[in-house]
Amino acid sequence: MYGKGLLKGLSVTFNRFFQSYLEDIRWLVKKYPKVEFRSSKDTRGTFTVEYPEQSVIIPEEFRFVPFLVYDEGEHGEKNIRCTSCGICAKACPPQCIWIVRSTDPETGRPVPQPAEFYIDFDICMNCGLCAEFCPFDAIKMDHDYEISSYTRNLADKERLMKPASYYESIRPENFKREETAREAKAAAKAAAKA
Amino acid sequence: METTTTTFELDKTFPGIVMADTRSGYEGYLIPSDQLLKVCADLKNKHGYDLLSSVTGVDYLSEGKMEVVYHAFKSSGGPALVFKCQIERVDPMEMPSVTSIWPGADFQEREIWDLYGIKFTGHPDLRRILMWEGFEGHPMRKDWKEAFYEEEKKPLKSRWPQGNHKYAETKTPYGDNVRFDAGFDPEKWVPTDPEEALYTALKKFKTEVKDGIQTDHIIVNMGPQHPSTHGVFRAVALLNGEEILSLKPVLGYLHRNHEKIGERNTYIQNIPYTDRLDYFNSMYNAWAYSLAVEKLLGLEVPERAEYIRVIMGELSRIQNHLILFGMLWNDLGAYFTPALYAFEERELILDIFESVSGSRMMCNYHRFGGVVRDVNPMNMQKIKDLAFDRLPRKVEEFDKLLSENEIFVSRMKGVGYLSPEDAIGYSVTGPTLRAAGIPYDIRRVNPYGIYDRFDFDIPVRHNSDLLDRYLVRVEEIRQSIRILQQALNTIPEGPIITGKPSYQIKVPAGEAYGRIEHPKGELGFYVVSDGSANPYRYHIRTPSFVNITSLEKMCVGTKIADFVTILGMIDIVLGELDR
Repeated sequence: MYGKGLLKGLSVTFNRFFQSYLEDIRWLVKKYPKVEFRSSKDTRGTFTVEYPEQSVIIPEEFRFVPFLVYDEGEHGEKNIRCTSCGICAKACPPQCIWIVRSTDPETGRPVPQPAEFYIDFDICMNCGLCAEFCPFDAIKMDHDYEISSYTRNLADKERLMKPASYYESIRPENFKREETAREAKAAAKAAAKA
Repeated sequence: METTTTTFELDKTFPGIVMADTRSGYEGYLIPSDQLLKVCADLKNKHGYDLLSSVTGVDYLSEGKMEVVYHAFKSSGGPALVFKCQIERVDPMEMPSVTSIWPGADFQEREIWDLYGIKFTGHPDLRRILMWEGFEGHPMRKDWKEAFYEEEKKPLKSRWPQGNHKYAETKTPYGDNVRFDAGFDPEKWVPTDPEEALYTALKKFKTEVKDGIQTDHIIVNMGPQHPSTHGVFRAVALLNGEEILSLKPVLGYLHRNHEKIGERNTYIQNIPYTDRLDYFNSMYNAWAYSLAVEKLLGLEVPERAEYIRVIMGELSRIQNHLILFGMLWNDLGAYFTPALYAFEERELILDIFESVSGSRMMCNYHRFGGVVRDVNPMNMQKIKDLAFDRLPRKVEEFDKLLSENEIFVSRMKGVGYLSPEDAIGYSVTGPTLRAAGIPYDIRRVNPYGIYDRFDFDIPVRHNSDLLDRYLVRVEEIRQSIRILQQALNTIPEGPIITGKPSYQIKVPAGEAYGRIEHPKGELGFYVVSDGSANPYRYHIRTPSFVNITSLEKMCVGTKIADFVTILGMIDIVLGELDR
């Protein structure tokens, strides 16, 4: 029969149409935000998420522009982990990381501290190679993707620095793994010294 | 693993003419340019190398040589035959065109002319293809420098240790990289019309008298801003009424000279750049690039990493085909219903990519000798849910929604025919070639990775029209699910990368060609290393670019409205078409 294929296709559309209403009613009865359910294999009905009221769940490995990790000292001082070794600047594919190394004002020799640290977020391609190759766990990829602004996004050291506790909150598993590795390394070093 | 060792010995077949390439790390043969056509004709007619996959140039500046590298395959399968033709690097450089033997070399030779400035004598339509007509210089030459040129190679010295930030616009865009002829006066300079050569290349505009009525052929420009072209692609068609008489695609609106960027980059820096080629299938691009570099490095990939690559690849293939169906229906006037149904499954697949690699589309997941991160049990369960439960269900639903629709079938059946001989001749690969009845799938004819372990079929159909190309893809999704299920059932535990990844690797001198079966066709990376930390030559043979060569052949004789469907079915992505 001519038109049978057309009707068959339309039956799929009708099915979906009714399902979306049934789902809405079902989720009215339950708690509404069904964001978790959205990414499961049984998801049905309306698939869209009402951003910015709701937003999809960000997985731990999600990466957006980098930030610099600092450890909080006992008196609230910010001990930046970066030693300005320049590996991130060398690994960066679009070359958007600019580092000025500190020098000791008296001796003139380099100090393991960045005097200035810039990341041009307009150029950054969010590849995460800087975080991947940093030997000091000092630069990490962020989860905050809402950075649109009226001006250009050139981030300096102040804007880039975020505490280790923030890093722990966005990437708990990575943080735990790295801390254990660091402690093991420190213990091995102490054992070698003793 | 080995895909380019040659068993057929060309230098013994043509003694005294063809020499083996004896440079260390290189393979294949050197053919003198005056004998090229004769040898090529024999290769195709007597020895069965009917599929010329890749043609590209290499500029050996220090040796004063220009080289054109050819990779030819048999459509019945097997490894590549690599042969090269060298000429002196003195302008004007000329070389015979092989388009009379392999018409598929058409666009690739135009690209070499555009980027390297080698003139191919006997080429039917030698114009610039990626740059515009009137562009000065040939950008891929080693002595050509771009605007804001800073250094020959990355990492740039201005970034560390004295990296005081400067915006690019505060710098001079052109330094010593611009030359003007003696006596050049900008006031008196008149630009040449860039379109003139294009319209001349279409058949001459002519007026006919038919049944006593004077009729004109008209030229219609589709694009670059046209919803059906999926990006900034333009096609110029010469029409007789509604019928297409001849058609020329115009490319390069999204050209960024990816290959030049790639030669400035270090090896590892290229991986995130490859994601931007075909942005739907970043998992495949990095895979092909890794294959080429791994071949140079002699790296083995651990078992688990091979399985992860296959799983990610096949997921990517499924979502690529789903988008194609959705967008095709959008082109055909079904507006967004099928497109959004397709996007739903794609979302679930992208969620997995995001969770595993960190990004939905720009995955940056492959490394030389493995992958960057393991797939944790939670994600593995998600993939299993999709592969064993949801996707098989949804593919059938999609099939029910579209495949038998009478309007759809009447728009597709018998349209865009391409004979099997033409398909091979034009170097068409992927589903288009398989719809022409040729079971050519690199996963089967020249397996890479661990594809020889899986049990799957190569879907083939024989009508070579749009409907067949659609049905081949539907079947391909089913086969991908089959591969996924087998891979998920047998994936072993273990390491995911060989050695410790480093941000600057030295690659031994030599050349390598890595190719994989991309959802759109054959994706190949040709990498030449000079032993330093940056690739000396980095060429991408993209399926979109080569498949589009056959567009005119498919369109001539059909109605202008069918052009939209034919183009949609070739499945181009502008990111890799224009590079």
